[in-house]
Amino acid sequence: MEFLAQNLLNGVSIGSFYALVALGYTMVYGVLRLINFAHGDLFMWGAFLGYTALTAISAAGLSPGPWVFVPVLPGVMIVLALAGVLLERTAYRPLRSAGRLPPLISALGAAFILQALARNLYGASYKTYPSSVSLPGGVRILGDVTMGTTQIVAVLAALLLMSALHVFVHRTRVGTAMRAVSLDHDTARLMGIPVDRVIAGVFLIGPALGGAAGMLVALRYGSFDFTLGWTFGLKAFIAAIVGGIGNIPGAMLGGLILGVVESLGAGYISPQWKDLIAYVLLALILIARPGGLLGERCAERV
Amino acid sequence: MNLRRGFSRFLGPGGNPARALPRYFGPLGIVLLCLLPLPLDNYLRAVLWQLGIYVLLGLSLHIIVGYAGMFQLGHAAFYAIGAYTVGILNLRAGWPILLALPVGAGLAGICGYIVCRPILHLRGDYLAIVTIAFGEIVRILLVNDAGGWTGGANGLSGIARPAIGGFVFRTNLEHFYFVLVFVLLGIAAVRRLEDSRLGRAWMYVREDEAAAEAMGIDTVRVKSLAFFLGSVGAGLAGGLYASRVSVISPDLARFQESVTIFCIVVLGGCGSIPGVVVGTLAMVALPELMRVVRDWRDGFLGLSMILMMIFRPDGLWPRRRSGLGT
Amino acid sequence: MPLLDVQDLSKRFGGLQAVEGVSFSVEPGRITSLIGPNGAGKTTIFNLITGIYRPDRGMILYKEMSLVGRRPHAVVKLGIARTFQGIRLFPGLTVRENVMAGRHCRGKAGVFAALLRSPGQRREESEIRSRADDCLRFMHVDQHRYELARNLPYGDQRRVEVARALATDPELVVLDEPAAGLNEEESASLVALIRQIREQGITVLLIEHDMKVVMGVSDHVLVLDNGRLIAGGRPDEVQANPRVIEAYLGCGAGAAAAPGAAPDVEDARDV
Repeated sequence: MEFLAQNLLNGVSIGSFYALVALGYTMVYGVLRLINFAHGDLFMWGAFLGYTALTAISAAGLSPGPWVFVPVLPGVMIVLALAGVLLERTAYRPLRSAGRLPPLISALGAAFILQALARNLYGASYKTYPSSVSLPGGVRILGDVTMGTTQIVAVLAALLLMSALHVFVHRTRVGTAMRAVSLDHDTARLMGIPVDRVIAGVFLIGPALGGAAGMLVALRYGSFDFTLGWTFGLKAFIAAIVGGIGNIPGAMLGGLILGVVESLGAGYISPQWKDLIAYVLLALILIARPGGLLGERCAERV
Repeated sequence: MNLRRGFSRFLGPGGNPARALPRYFGPLGIVLLCLLPLPLDNYLRAVLWQLGIYVLLGLSLHIIVGYAGMFQLGHAAFYAIGAYTVGILNLRAGWPILLALPVGAGLAGICGYIVCRPILHLRGDYLAIVTIAFGEIVRILLVNDAGGWTGGANGLSGIARPAIGGFVFRTNLEHFYFVLVFVLLGIAAVRRLEDSRLGRAWMYVREDEAAAEAMGIDTVRVKSLAFFLGSVGAGLAGGLYASRVSVISPDLARFQESVTIFCIVVLGGCGSIPGVVVGTLAMVALPELMRVVRDWRDGFLGLSMILMMIFRPDGLWPRRRSGLGT
Repeated sequence: MPLLDVQDLSKRFGGLQAVEGVSFSVEPGRITSLIGPNGAGKTTIFNLITGIYRPDRGMILYKEMSLVGRRPHAVVKLGIARTFQGIRLFPGLTVRENVMAGRHCRGKAGVFAALLRSPGQRREESEIRSRADDCLRFMHVDQHRYELARNLPYGDQRRVEVARALATDPELVVLDEPAAGLNEEESASLVALIRQIREQGITVLLIEHDMKVVMGVSDHVLVLDNGRLIAGGRPDEVQANPRVIEAYLGCGAGAAAAPGAAPDVEDARDV
């Protein structure tokens, strides 16, 4: 019982990070019908930028306690938001009318560049955040089921960001415009919505959330390297598909499901097959219900 | 179409007789290819061999992506299946390479066929995602030593070299010629398929699947045949790879490998066989030869992918209006 | 015995009953037209016959074989070829390659034949090309055969589409608004071609909005409204039928006007 509860808890905690990253994939897919392969690497850069900031603070002679996240997290989010917009401007916008394949290739290209930059600037070794940024202690939730304070704060931060996004998309004018653009570019344009600016907005928000997730994941797992975007990013992407890509609540649901299933699989089957479970889940979902749990129908139109 | 003109059309890009290359082009090209490695050093000969492997991989994926228009981003999985099959047959059962090669290719083909059946109805980018997942599944199975046969993360080692009669292929030069034979056969096969009932059916499916079906083309059959044949080609390339390096690891099924093959086809120009060769030169030879920038190889590749899509979306050597209509 | 016999055909899309209890038959060697206002369900019936949709209820018998549940390519092989309402050529291929697509279902060369270039395969290839050229000549578009389909003027694209359908050696061709977007002169020559198709012994089933074309060419006219068949008969009979006039002009409108003013906006349920 406690074993199950512990695994579920772990699953929810990992799943909330998957969800946070999945949002970036799903929002871009929603407005552009593009799989933004570079998103995972922007997320990875969030972890690295946080590392740089923390190291710089240490170098300045300050001891980086947990408080540093208050200025650093928003800072990283802003830098990545700008990077996202730059990416859209240079690699995707020129290909807006070029069909589906060219932007896909371009996205893969951007992912390669971001990875090569990280590997060459930071080296291929694992990086760790200074232990002083973690919050001490843990919370006993039920019997022997515990959760580190850092984990709890990270999960709460992820949930907070997702709620903020939900409110933004459903309660603001810009959010409504985003939903309109995701339905039909031309109609949205005729209705006076500045489609290009809305798309740029999506590329501000997605990478910002991804960057935050990068720092939180680095904090939770302790160490990471330049392949983080690939390993973790692909999982998050699977989460987006499982929930129904293009669908914001779907990304959150997919993230949680993937996290829980993986964590149960690791607990009850074997940790080494954990990754396989994610991919098999993806394949099954796509074969049985190609649109994902909450998504559009997407078999080839007759 | 016409066997007497066959040789000149063996390697040329053409089809339309009016635009076909001169008759001596084919044999001349083959002779030049045979002479090419002779003045080169051992390292460059190995590079040429590697190019041959990637041309084969590119040709095989070209059937799936270039002709039938399906986004297959897990092609390396079939490359790995071919390599591991040859390795396991050789190490466990003592099969000679020449016997194991066709089995490896066939098994990869059968796997391709089985995998593609449930996913053929998926729209382009969804298909891409499932194929990525499949590639990762294969890689994880290999890493986790599925069935105790794959050697886990370390892979297999000690695979024998190919031998014909008493002659064993050992040096880089010999391996180059060995692979060259398969590359030439592969080019001939793909050219013949392109200019055939099946090849045209692939292009109809690529252009407009619903219209193709409504004109009497069994789209499911035609698409699964593309997957089958493409996977056979990848399996063959894998077997050839295994029999030279003699050490194989799950890295063969890496996503990066699949992307490289995919880019060979797309950057080279979808639907063109010379494009596959040019794409291989760009994706494999250039980074290999410019070792000074090797650390930045992926970044350089990424940049060129973006620039290509923006400035030359049809590829380096796009499919010319060929002689299918002639 | 009718070539095509449709009994009690019904199809629903969500809340919309597109086709309801439609029964009709197509006699061999004749030109049968299906007319009706937009959204009447004409194209849906075509898509049901050609296997693109599966009917909720009803029978479709072609030469006493049921077509229900057969995939489109199998229907073509049985001898029913179609054109589309919006043109659906393969835009990036040449005109000739487009028409060669029609020959696919009559060929049999597979992978090995293609790889070995067997004599049978080469014979089949040259037969495919020559038959495609015959069809292009028949439709008077053979001068364009090496051009890309997308570069042809609209009227010629329609002719290529008909040629592609004819290349399948059909016994029944199903033409979905072949005259849409053509000028008067072009439709007149199209009518002549449709007659020539019939003279070759091919049965024609036609959806058309252009009443001049319909009344000029049809042996039998079926009128559809709101998914139901409301009339059927010789063109002159149908033209005089008050229910038909009402369906076209709406309730209470003057009965004097013939249904020639049918709107030619495309049917809402495109393929």
